[in-house]
Amino acid sequence: MSGSSNIVAMKKIVQQLRFEANINRVKVSQAAAELQQFCIQNALQDPLLTGVSSSTNPFRTQKAFSCSCDISAGEKTKKTTAMMCN
Amino acid sequence: MAAQEVAAQPSDTLATLKTESETLKTKLEEERAKLHDVELHQVAEKIEALGQFVMKTRRTLKGHGNKVLCMDWCKDKRRIVSSSQDGKVIVWDAFTTNKEHAVTMPCTWVMACAYAPSGCAVACGGLDNKCSVYPLSLDKNENLAAKKKSVAMHTNYLSACCFTNSDMQILTSSGDGTCALWDVESGQMLQSFHGHAADVLCLDLAPSETGNTFVSGGCDKKACVWDMRTGQCVQSFETHESDINSVRYYPSGDAFASGSDDATCRLYDLRADREVAIYSKESIIFGASSVDFSLSGRLLFGGYNDYTINVWDVLKGTRVSILFGHENRVSTLRVSPDGTAFCSGSWDHTLRIWA
Repeated sequence: MSGSSNIVAMKKIVQQLRFEANINRVKVSQAAAELQQFCIQNALQDPLLTGVSSSTNPFRTQKAFSCSCDISAGEKTKKTTAMMCN
Repeated sequence: MAAQEVAAQPSDTLATLKTESETLKTKLEEERAKLHDVELHQVAEKIEALGQFVMKTRRTLKGHGNKVLCMDWCKDKRRIVSSSQDGKVIVWDAFTTNKEHAVTMPCTWVMACAYAPSGCAVACGGLDNKCSVYPLSLDKNENLAAKKKSVAMHTNYLSACCFTNSDMQILTSSGDGTCALWDVESGQMLQSFHGHAADVLCLDLAPSETGNTFVSGGCDKKACVWDMRTGQCVQSFETHESDINSVRYYPSGDAFASGSDDATCRLYDLRADREVAIYSKESIIFGASSVDFSLSGRLLFGGYNDYTINVWDVLKGTRVSILFGHENRVSTLRVSPDGTAFCSGSWDHTLRIWA
């Protein structure tokens, strides 16, 4: 009983592997070039990449003063947030 | 005697099938290796390195009483839905930090939540093994729980959910090892996806231009790409060394990134059918819980269990920034629909908007 259900399961695995082994693939060099191309083409439209200024980013427009705190200290960031967002 | 006859058919014995499966696995690796002529970061050597990034917490959303487990953006780029271990699902206006709606689920550990494309409903679920849809009322006093619609039923916890291109269908993944596609109106299962050998922890829908596929990741260390119409797994990748907590498509749809308990994030290209980059550092030893790309795909944001967010240059493979602020594990992270900010949720009960 359990013997035949193991066989059914294995058959499915083998079928799946056959399917996956036969798909068409492209060279990494070509695939990589296309990934890079996409990045470059869309770079200017990427606000987090280009660092959109405060006037156009709704999340950056804020209360008057700017702060030159170093973001590398967790404690300072907390205080900065408290100051900036009242 | 009958049992012996069945076992005697040569092509069907367990042993021959096992041998064939090993042979096929080897063949798969060989086919992939033949096309591995270069590394992604080598191709990217000629492009300019990224400059310094100044990303700060711009808003902190406080109000959850326990660990934030999941969040999703509304298409209007300002509303956010988040869910927590304490059973609460909250809808926020991220610009003002105001809470617009709150629902208490009948279970704790609401591990999954999603905003409907129309912005008029949210879906959520977790330890209740279900995915439920709540229409969002304009009347703040209305009891949202009364209008709740149970859509998906799994036999174990719901780990992730996502509306397809309309409010009418939901894709779910579960601790029961399967994913499924459901019709919201009738609650009927339209398709199920079997193939993972353990809990499925995450899923992501391919960008609409790419067609009807989605990717899932699980505790079996595998990431699988599925054809939504046929239910078939069309590609699978098994290079991570531990649970895959998060998967996200590259914006062009030709690749996807994953974050894992093995402390690495990886990029898999679908046309080359292989892993093409690993984002790791010896100093990063805690698991990555959630990943997302910036709009152009050049940056990969990873939320980690060591409370930090690492920002990676996707093409060059290097880390460009590390963001501190959360006081416990980062559990969820999504870039906003227009790419102007990203939101992270944490076990420290808060969500932060970074820009």
